[in-house]
Amino acid sequence: MTPSPLHQILDYANRADPYPIYEELRRTPVHHEGDGPYVVSTYHEILGLLHDPRVSSDSRTVARTPHDPLAEPDQQESALPPSFLRLDPPEHDRLRRMTNRPFGPPHSPHRVDGMRGELRDIVTGLIDGIGDPDRFDLVDQFSYPFPVTVICRLLGIPREDEARFHTWADAIAASLDPDPDADPAERGKGAHDARMQLGMYLAGLIEERRRNPGDDMLSALATAQGEDGSMTTMELLSTAALLLIAGHETTVNLVTNGMLTLLRNPGSLQRLRADHRLAVPIVEELLRFEPPVQLVPQRVTLADVEVRGVTIPKGSSLWLVLASGNRDPRRFENPDRFDPDRRDIQHLGLGSGIHSCFGAPLARLEAQFALSELARRLENPRLLEDPPPYRRNAVLRGPRHLRIACDGIRA
Amino acid sequence: MPRIAVDLNRCQGYAQCAFLAPEVFALHGDEALLYDPEPDEGQREKLAQAAAACPVQAVLVDAVDSVDSVDSVAAAAGAVSDR
Amino acid sequence: MSGDGSLERFRREGRVVVVGASLAGLRAAETLREKGFAGSLTMIGDEPHEPYDRPPLSKTVLLGRAAAERTALPRLKEVDATWRLGVAATGLDMAGRRVRLTDGDEVPYDRLLIATGVRARPWPREAEAELDGVFVLRTRDDGAALARRLAAGPKRVLVVGAGFTGSEIAAACRERGLAVTVAERGASPLVGALGGVVGAVAADLQRRHGVDLRCGVMVTALEGDAAGRVRAARLSDGSTVETDVVVVSLGATRNTEWLAGSGLGAGPRGIACDAGCRAFDIRGIVTDDVFAAGDVARCPHPLFGYQFLSLEHWGNAVSQARVAAHNMLSESTDRIPHLEVPAFWSSQFGVNIKSVGVPSLGTEILIAQGSLEERRFVGVYGYQGRIIGAVSFDQARWLPFYQELIETTAPFPPEFATVDRRAEGRRPLDADFPDPSVPTHGPTVTLSGYSPADRRMTFTPAH
Repeated sequence: MTPSPLHQILDYANRADPYPIYEELRRTPVHHEGDGPYVVSTYHEILGLLHDPRVSSDSRTVARTPHDPLAEPDQQESALPPSFLRLDPPEHDRLRRMTNRPFGPPHSPHRVDGMRGELRDIVTGLIDGIGDPDRFDLVDQFSYPFPVTVICRLLGIPREDEARFHTWADAIAASLDPDPDADPAERGKGAHDARMQLGMYLAGLIEERRRNPGDDMLSALATAQGEDGSMTTMELLSTAALLLIAGHETTVNLVTNGMLTLLRNPGSLQRLRADHRLAVPIVEELLRFEPPVQLVPQRVTLADVEVRGVTIPKGSSLWLVLASGNRDPRRFENPDRFDPDRRDIQHLGLGSGIHSCFGAPLARLEAQFALSELARRLENPRLLEDPPPYRRNAVLRGPRHLRIACDGIRA
Repeated sequence: MPRIAVDLNRCQGYAQCAFLAPEVFALHGDEALLYDPEPDEGQREKLAQAAAACPVQAVLVDAVDSVDSVDSVAAAAGAVSDR
Repeated sequence: MSGDGSLERFRREGRVVVVGASLAGLRAAETLREKGFAGSLTMIGDEPHEPYDRPPLSKTVLLGRAAAERTALPRLKEVDATWRLGVAATGLDMAGRRVRLTDGDEVPYDRLLIATGVRARPWPREAEAELDGVFVLRTRDDGAALARRLAAGPKRVLVVGAGFTGSEIAAACRERGLAVTVAERGASPLVGALGGVVGAVAADLQRRHGVDLRCGVMVTALEGDAAGRVRAARLSDGSTVETDVVVVSLGATRNTEWLAGSGLGAGPRGIACDAGCRAFDIRGIVTDDVFAAGDVARCPHPLFGYQFLSLEHWGNAVSQARVAAHNMLSESTDRIPHLEVPAFWSSQFGVNIKSVGVPSLGTEILIAQGSLEERRFVGVYGYQGRIIGAVSFDQARWLPFYQELIETTAPFPPEFATVDRRAEGRRPLDADFPDPSVPTHGPTVTLSGYSPADRRMTFTPAH
């Protein structure tokens, strides 16, 4: 008997190429076994459920539902209230609106657009620092530090504290990506300590920003007095942690998956080198082809929901396998082909509906700058191992290392 | 000059366009979108980013390079071919 | 046309004439080319402008964020047409297959698409309508003239009629800091399209933004000064509003007069078509060479009991244009019906209002998500035990779900639990639409009420 699709998805052996499993899974668009989650793998059904008000994201609802192998283990031990990712309207809407106020339109339409110069500088600095072109790890030297630095600048973390911030981010990231050989107690403690220290650091910074606000996002969040009132310190900490984790873990994978895909598709890499504007369709196609978030767990039905003839009972947990929907041949022609010239590309890579990726515009710009500069500056880049070693995490899927050699690095 | 229209039936207010090309697209309140239908030539690159980023592909940018030059005065006087 | 090769010949060298060079006309022309039509294409438009987009006129343009002259529609495909702009069509010879133009020309066709749309209904008293400062808003020239006047800083603007356009105009004026009075014959703004429950929210929105909103009144007369400028309006409640700008927003009239006597089934309610956008003649027989699309067309919609819907909606113009163009080039078995669920949007006072289905057919409404009080909600309309429409205020991302319920004729009231269900969403309310015999300003969906199934088709001749 073949192992269940659920276990196959979670099985680390399949991390490098989960797509054949998804293809198999799509034969049963709504898959369910035992007391596990209902796994939905086809495009239209996923899209429908992402817009379905009978589906809750509220962590308090989720906690009451049966066994979900991807439920966050440390949910209870975190003293913070749930972030808007784990809330339903109206609380979700209120917190997301307040977080958006200093981040995007209508109140801050130039925040992200205004970061273009800074993004370019960070990318330039990181590529300058690569050092030995004969052998380097794109993850450690580029994809990892890049988004953390961007979030530090966005939140207004003082430059002298950025190194500490990186350390905490790494520890938290490691806890999201458990190494089975490490001692689980040690690992849990490391992440717990990092969360505590980060929380205390941010709490201190928030106090400081309340007294002396700057034009950074944390100052704006700490001092906001809009129609939705202001955030409590706890809400603010929870939100900052969400921005850090969600903005970091996803972008690492988007950039690394991107470079990996381009190295496997040298024609596209060549075209990007010749015309940086191709980065725009390349990033959209990447979000379809190798999405940084493979699936959305932790959603729960508030009512019986019928999907493709299957009744998902009230109170069931759902997995929406975005990466599978993105490869659904009923939606996309030649779905397993990486094709930046694809004209029909409404991918699920950043989700859809009210929980669609908050940082999407920033992630797009980050990936566009990163990939176009890497393409332009790395001379004759080659993969040193294919497939590369992957992170453990089945949800936030991406290479742990991407070892590359090139002939040199252009100015 | 680029020309654009947004199919606001499709639009769900993800505002990617307003983030990426704020001189052309603006949110009015939480969700309502305003845009400049014929923005300046200099916006073309950002427009391409905005249109590509729209999750519901609602931003229509002209696909025709040389739009028929219809001179309305001449047109009023008679037939004008666009070739 | 049958399998004798005549369709092939038509696709290769036939003549298509499109009367109406706006959204529907342009999109139909592009679709014809996209589908390989290689014959001649003539675009006839009464305005001297190439196709432009109208929705920005009452929003972006009135806010002064874009010039009315810079609203041209993007071209999605080369159309390679002969453009006859600034020349209206004055008549149709169906037997001779020719369109007559104001300049005396006659243009022959093999297939004709009529997309002449609607025009703003003018203030009924001609002398008053001609006073300086009295405007309507439909065309680019209307938009340019009104925007110029608003920029000059009038003391007060009176908007007559609080349908969608009137409400959007009032919102733009308030955003520009202008004093605004809105006079609405119905009990609240938007009441004809969305009913009284939602209309009350729209009224609240207007008043919160400082509009002097007067409902249940009619403007009975406009007064001018010695120089012929409007100076005041008299209302049916006996009051007078001193104003130097009046915007008449009393809905639209379909541009079908030019078809009078042609034998085509055209009248004040539009041009009756089948679901494939082929026009009927006055005998109720469908033509094979005359098609209609956009605001001027009215088509039976299977989801709504095959009632003839005429929709002044942007999306409807686009989808009917595509259907008509496809069907012009197809054998009868390859033709496609127009099945798109009606959808509509309006933005006013910073709120995004969207609807799907036909709310005005509903008799009851359930606030399924959110709250009227907070002006963020989804309302679901019910008719005879099924869901027939939905409206959202700043909650657009949920609408696709409700559209699917409409498409699948799901039962009303919906019994299931949802996120963000409040106490007010526990039971349906009377949607509170006005008596259809009492006219209100600006419903965007009108029904003739007859259906092919009951064989009681009545025809209103053009006049």
